[in-house]
Amino acid sequence: MVYTKRVDGRKLDELRPMEAKIGIIPNADGSAYFKMGNTIAYAAVYGPRELFPKFLQNPKTGIIRCHYSMMPFSGSGERIRPGGNRRSQEISMVMNSSLQSVIDLSAFPNTVVDVYVDLPQTDAGTRCAAITAASMALAHAGIPMKDLISAVAVGEVDGTVVADLNYDEEAYDAVVSDIPVAMTANKKEITLLQMDGEISKASLIKALEMAAIATEKIYQVQKAALKNKFTKE
Amino acid sequence: MSNILIQERDVVIPGEALAEGMDFLPGDNTYRDDNKIYSKILGLVNVSGRVLRITPLSGPYVPKIGDKIIGKITDITMSGWRVDTGTAYSAFLNVKDATTRFVKKEEDLSQILAIGDYIVVIIVNVTSQNLIDLTMKEPGLHKITGGRVIHINTQKVPRVIGKQGSMISLIKQKTGCDVTVGQNGLIWVKGQSDNEYRAEQAIKLIEEKAHLEGVTDRVSKFLEENQ
Repeated sequence: MVYTKRVDGRKLDELRPMEAKIGIIPNADGSAYFKMGNTIAYAAVYGPRELFPKFLQNPKTGIIRCHYSMMPFSGSGERIRPGGNRRSQEISMVMNSSLQSVIDLSAFPNTVVDVYVDLPQTDAGTRCAAITAASMALAHAGIPMKDLISAVAVGEVDGTVVADLNYDEEAYDAVVSDIPVAMTANKKEITLLQMDGEISKASLIKALEMAAIATEKIYQVQKAALKNKFTKE
Repeated sequence: MSNILIQERDVVIPGEALAEGMDFLPGDNTYRDDNKIYSKILGLVNVSGRVLRITPLSGPYVPKIGDKIIGKITDITMSGWRVDTGTAYSAFLNVKDATTRFVKKEEDLSQILAIGDYIVVIIVNVTSQNLIDLTMKEPGLHKITGGRVIHINTQKVPRVIGKQGSMISLIKQKTGCDVTVGQNGLIWVKGQSDNEYRAEQAIKLIEEKAHLEGVTDRVSKFLEENQ
C-alpha cells in the first residue's frame, strides 16, 4: 500500500493553517504566538538582562538562552509532567543553536536574552513552531538579527515525501521519517536539521527542497504579522 | 544600477532588503551583504541622502554619554552608590559626583542617598563593556521625592518628549504635573494624585500609539476629555 492520500486530506506540500500574532504578552520585552494546525506555541523574550551565574557571562557578546516547555495538558491524552525533562533540554539546546546563528548581541556584552516558549496544545512539529514563534518574538523585542528564521517539519511517510507532518502521520504504521528543518529567510541557509526514522538520499534531497518552499510560506505569515502589529489602524 | 526597495517611514523587519547596488550606504541597524543592504532590526526606515538607517520600534536602552536618566540606588559602597538603570547594566555614582559639600571619611552615605531612592542623573562615561559612570552635580539633577515613576519602552522616549519638548509641555500644561523624562525609559511625574494618574495614562497612550501619525492630537483630546 502506498501513501497517496494524507490522513487529514491535505496536498503533499500543503501546510496546516497558520496563524501568527505579535505582542500578546504585555510584560515581556517581545512576544509572539504561532499556531500551525493544532500545534500552538507562545514565545516570550526578556532582555538583554544581567546574566547569573557570573561564570556564564561572555565579555565579548551577549548570549541567548532558550527554554522550551510543553504544558502538562498539551498532548493528546497522557498528562505530561511539568518542568524540564531530557527531551525539552535537547530541544532548548537545538533552538539555541538555531537562533544563535542570526542574532547579534555584540553590543550587549555580559548579558543574556531569555526566550521562553510554552506549548499549550501539541500535534507534532512543536520544535518548528517554537523556533518560528521565538524568531518573531526576538524581532519584536528589538534584538539585532541578520534574518528571520522559519521552521517546518518535512519527511517521508510510507514512500511519499510530505511537508508539515501531524501526529497521525508521524505515528503512521509504516516506514516514516520526520525531519525538522529551520531556514533563514533570504538565503535559505539551514540552521536546524534533525531526523527520526529512515529515508533514502533522493527522498531527503526532495524533502529539503520542499522545506525551502514551505519555510518561505511560513516567512510570509511571520512578515505579515510583524508588519501588521505596527501599521494597523 | 542601484535601486531602492523601500520608502521613507516604512516598517521593516530583520533581514528585509532595503536597497540594491553600491550607491547606498548602510547606516545604523543595517548591514551590507553582497550588493544588497538589509535591515538588522524591526523599525522604521530613514533615508537621508545615500545613507539608509533604521529607527528601532522596540528594544533595549543603549547608554550614551550625556544622556539624562532616572536610576534607582541598589547598593552603597565605600566610595559611592550602585545605581540600577533599568537595563542589563548597573551604573556607579561616586561620592564626589553626588554632592558639592564635603563628605567626611566616616560619614554614613545612606544619609545622603539611601537604598531604594530614585535619582535624576547624567551619564558622564560609558566603557566598551558598558560600565557606566554618573554625575548628579549639574543643574536639574537631584534626588526624587514624592510623585510616581513610570516605566516605558526606551525607544518611545523621543515621542513622549516630542519635537522641541512639545508633547511633554502639553502634558505639563494640561495636568499641572512636574514631568521629568529619563532617556532610559523611566519617567517621574509629580503633582496632585488624580492629575498624576491622568499624566500617566497620557504617557501610556503615547507609548502605545508612538509609531502612528497625529499622536499629539490624540493626547490633547484625551487630556481634555478627562479634565
